[in-house]
Amino acid sequence: MQYMLIMRSNDEAVAAYREIPFEQVIEAMGKYNESMMEAGVLIAGEGLSDASEGFVVDFSADPPLVTDGPYGETKELFNGFWILEVASKEEAAEWAKRCPLGPGAKLEVRRVTGPEDFPADNEWVQKEEGWREEQAARKAAGTPGGSAG
Amino acid sequence: MPAEPRTADEPARRAEESARRAVVAVWRIEAARIVATLTRYTGDFALAEDLAQEALADALDQWPTQGVPRSGAAWLTQVAKRKAIDAWRRQERFAARVAAMGLELEQQQDAATDAVPWDPDEIDDDVLRLMFVACHPVLSPQARVALTLRVVGGLETTELARLFLVPVSTIQQRIVRAKQALADAGVPFEAPPRAERRQRLGAVLGVLYLIFTEGHAATAGEDWMRPDLCREAIRLTRILAALQPEEPEVHGLLALMELTAARFPARLDEHGEPVLLADQDRRRWDRGAIRRGTAALARAEAFGRGLGPYGLQAAIALAHADAPSLDATDWPRIVDAYEALERIAPSPVVTLNRAVAVAMADGPQAALAIVDALAGERSLATGHLLPSVRGELLARLGRAEEASEAFALAAERSANARERAVLLAKAAAGR
Repeated sequence: MQYMLIMRSNDEAVAAYREIPFEQVIEAMGKYNESMMEAGVLIAGEGLSDASEGFVVDFSADPPLVTDGPYGETKELFNGFWILEVASKEEAAEWAKRCPLGPGAKLEVRRVTGPEDFPADNEWVQKEEGWREEQAARKAAGTPGGSAG
Repeated sequence: MPAEPRTADEPARRAEESARRAVVAVWRIEAARIVATLTRYTGDFALAEDLAQEALADALDQWPTQGVPRSGAAWLTQVAKRKAIDAWRRQERFAARVAAMGLELEQQQDAATDAVPWDPDEIDDDVLRLMFVACHPVLSPQARVALTLRVVGGLETTELARLFLVPVSTIQQRIVRAKQALADAGVPFEAPPRAERRQRLGAVLGVLYLIFTEGHAATAGEDWMRPDLCREAIRLTRILAALQPEEPEVHGLLALMELTAARFPARLDEHGEPVLLADQDRRRWDRGAIRRGTAALARAEAFGRGLGPYGLQAAIALAHADAPSLDATDWPRIVDAYEALERIAPSPVVTLNRAVAVAMADGPQAALAIVDALAGERSLATGHLLPSVRGELLARLGRAEEASEAFALAAERSANARERAVLLAKAAAGR
């Protein structure tokens, strides 16, 4: 099963993080990522740029309201994610606990849904799978191994 | 969800179960490093493995009531080291060594107990040594599989028994005998010498692939697949790829596993019956696994030394993964890959597979000639593969009677209950 570790930080954590030398941050995260790669569990992961570069689309309004980041009264910001393939929820928890984060930061851990979670005959589920397929084919075409034989 | 009857013990029972699962999770992650560290510490792999298992048993016993320690790995390693010292004391041997180690251990206890209990610069090499030892040629293939999953994969004996559909006592026996065989042969805790290295790596890859194929084409029992076993094989191969990134065949094997596993979601229908490649709903293939397999194969190819047997099989799997349908598959590319495979790793099974690809590229008649030339092969004389492929080709050629006979023979030879049912249905269809 796959779990997503979603990194969320409040202002305090973001400020504290800025105090730590960037190289130190990179090294700690690098070691963490490497340990998960070496254990064969890391499937994907990305970090996100500063919230000031992002924006929010709020559906409370019609048409939806677009607001530039960092979103005013929001208490926690989403900063990045990892996807792990593990045998149990507890194993996901064990990896999450090892993440080099400090006070004010949280990891929300959620199971990633798979085809088994949806009715296979639903038209929109099938369309989404078709879309995933096209996207993967486009990605594969750009990879050296994609046309090998 | 229906409400469960609640008793006062319920929350306590849940907490206990959760702590037990936490032990199992830590063990999966850390077993290899703990056993490797203990082997280095005691100089004795069999003893190290025993101690690690005893420490695991203590954890299963104690964590549920005393709480989960901050660093499970440090806790387990220290408990095992203390057990080593106790054992030596009982044997009244190595008096000086025990005194020194006991002192070291006490000093460690005073220090932060959540420190990593091993040397980060050495541990990767030790885990790699552990893999080589667990897959040592003095061991039977079954023993290699059990030992690798247990000491490198950190699977509990009960879990191994469940995966291989055998009693717990059988797995325990396999492990005991395997450790005895390693001790009898005096197998050192070392990476193999340079001259043997390629061959021994081949043995490790062979064990990982055996675990994968056992999950993918179950040879025993009622189920078609045991995906848990495949996932363990993929995880272990990823670990090896991280330890030996300079070996193209490791990436080739990983690619083969990922690309094969990508088809699993489409391999069984809603009744749990197998679906042939031709009839699979390709939209259900796991695109994430295909992406990872494609990347692993690209890494194997990037060495520019040509692909090995696993890499070539991965290239074949990728040709399927790239194709939107069976008819739109680049069959000549697959025939080429099988020919390359026959050159470096000739086997009747590979030739049989080439025949299937030839049937798609050039038609069943050309393929039947290849299949019939294999009739005298002893290695195919007892399995279901040859008659089952022959049946398909004859059916496509409209020779229904002969096809039925071939399918009936294949069914007779199949050891898998579900596979047999499919073959019998095909035999009946031709009559």
